[in-house]
Amino acid sequence: MSAPSLLDQLPGLGDQARRLHAPVRLALLALTVLVSLLLFASTPLQGRVDFVVFVVIAFALVQTGVSFALEGRRHALDRLVSLLVHLALLAAVVPLVSVLSYTVYKGLKKLDGQFLTHNLTGLGPLDTNGGEYHAIIGTLEQVLMATAIAVPLGLLVAIYITEYGKGWLAAAVRFVIDVMTGIPSIVAGLFVFAFWVIGLHRGYSGLAAAFSLTILMLPVVVRSSEEMIKLVPAELREASYALGLPKWKTILRIVLPTASAGITTGTMLAVARVTGETAPLLLTSFITPATNTSPIAGKQTAIPTFIFSQIGLGRPANYDRAWAAALTLIIIVLVLYISARLLTRRNTLTRR
Amino acid sequence: MSKRIVAEDVNAFYGSFRAIAGVSLTIEPNTVTALIGPSGCGKSTFLRTINRLHEVIPGARVEGKVMLDSEDLYGAGVDAVAVRRTIGMVFQRPNPFPTMSIYDNVAAGLRLNGIKNSKVLDEAVERSLRGANLWNEVKERLAKPGAGLSGGQQQRLCIARAIAVEPQVLLMDEPCSALDPISTLAIEDLMTDLKQRYTIVIVTHNMQQAARVSDRTGFFSLEATGEPGRLIEIDTTEKIFSNPSEKRTEDYITGRFG
Ligand SMILES: Nc1ncnc2c1ncn2[C@@H]1O[C@H](COP(=O)(O)OP(=O)(O)OP(=O)(O)O)[C@@H](O)[C@H]1O
Ligand SMILES: [Mg+2]
Repeated sequence: MSAPSLLDQLPGLGDQARRLHAPVRLALLALTVLVSLLLFASTPLQGRVDFVVFVVIAFALVQTGVSFALEGRRHALDRLVSLLVHLALLAAVVPLVSVLSYTVYKGLKKLDGQFLTHNLTGLGPLDTNGGEYHAIIGTLEQVLMATAIAVPLGLLVAIYITEYGKGWLAAAVRFVIDVMTGIPSIVAGLFVFAFWVIGLHRGYSGLAAAFSLTILMLPVVVRSSEEMIKLVPAELREASYALGLPKWKTILRIVLPTASAGITTGTMLAVARVTGETAPLLLTSFITPATNTSPIAGKQTAIPTFIFSQIGLGRPANYDRAWAAALTLIIIVLVLYISARLLTRRNTLTRR
Repeated sequence: MSKRIVAEDVNAFYGSFRAIAGVSLTIEPNTVTALIGPSGCGKSTFLRTINRLHEVIPGARVEGKVMLDSEDLYGAGVDAVAVRRTIGMVFQRPNPFPTMSIYDNVAAGLRLNGIKNSKVLDEAVERSLRGANLWNEVKERLAKPGAGLSGGQQQRLCIARAIAVEPQVLLMDEPCSALDPISTLAIEDLMTDLKQRYTIVIVTHNMQQAARVSDRTGFFSLEATGEPGRLIEIDTTEKIFSNPSEKRTEDYITGRFG
């Protein structure tokens, strides 16, 4: 026999036999399931969900008990907590994955070339063809316009607050932005409806919808950009001043590029958020079965309002269209989000 | 090209707090002048009054006169931005621009001041990097990010960036405090080189460094915390380190105070 290794002499490290290895734990789980099955068969206990909950609780108790007896208090506690953490992870991920996968499952049924390239004109209530072309156009135009207004404006406001704003005016601006964060989206739509659609007799349009989305995006863009600009170290600004650069050039060439990665992410989150907005669109661009490519005049359907109107009609064909449109919406948001992450990644890579 | 700095009764404030009071001194061209003194006595503050960087801090202001040859830097109608173009600065912590390559960092000052000719820029970048004793280490990777260099290399990159705009004065605030002895030595050698062309003012906590590189040394101190810092004396480095006229200077240098 070889001499005992140093490892075995250290307390707590040796004695591998007295550990609960994976196969043992699997056996414990199997045993728990078996006993639970028997219990559910022979007692008034019943129901699938009840069974799963019962097994989870029973297994937690059994494993902790066995571990306590075999491995000691510290290991037992460790096993219990890591079991809980994994359960929490599962509880968070399961709903997310099921929403996604259910939408994919339901949406794929109808999502095809024909659905993507047609609108809903000339269809009777019983027709099952038609598509969401007009809604995709609407969403892209409206979100693009809203972004084109909200991002430059929000960035300028953020720069004002962080770099130039002093005293009560900056405080007032910051307060207004904070209040804007809390505006319910329907109120933003109502505001544009009252002032633009009715008040100025402009009627429904994609532009009006973009205005309402801008109101929702602006505070998010301002706040996230402000935070990012604040993170740029004062030393970088001073280095730039010391080279003889005026303040505006320092902001444009040093501060903004350094903060750009974070600003992009914040902006993209704002975009993703408004892409799914429905309520304000009902009051600003309304719904139409026809394709309206004009961003500035006439009713225009977007994907969220398309889903809303289809669900309201209540036939199976309508539900199929709604699911397919929902899938399209998720894909659009996902593409936006992933491209934002990639942009950010590229920026951080050039930085390292 | 290098110029004389004369400070007359300079007071610097952070809000209502007076950080330095009544500083008057002359910094000769083509010399290295070291400023020493205990922490918080206003060395950095004084340095930043020379290139008008002090006033970028909200609420901060300067009273008194700083002359660069015959020009009063705080005179009416003098543009702080123009002053900073003539007076370069290197900071305690290396601060290369993180989004820029090595090349772009050095070219930043020139480029952002409107010079676009790539031949002129190429030459200036090489000259400055050679001047900062960094050229051989980075010439193969000028397009790589400046933040990817070692701390000592980054500091020399910052020196290159500062001398690329050909300032008349170079201010250095503890440029070696974050560096290893070898990088420190490289930068000290560099200062001896650079003083042929620039007037150099360096703040340091390292007595040996002050003794090694500087021609003249100024000693700052403060009576008590909350009191403004003052210039106690300034003289040739030899005199300050061998036979200072003030007892406080001697105490500080020999380690009996501060
Ligand atoms: N941004 C600031 N706002 C308010 N007070 C400041 C600021 N910077 C420095 N001070 C104060 O001014 C005084 C002088 O500071 P300064 O940085 O010039 O000291 P120093 O001599 O450079 O010290 P050290 O050797 O530690 O760098 C200190 O009392 C300090 O607290
Ligand atoms: Mg200092």
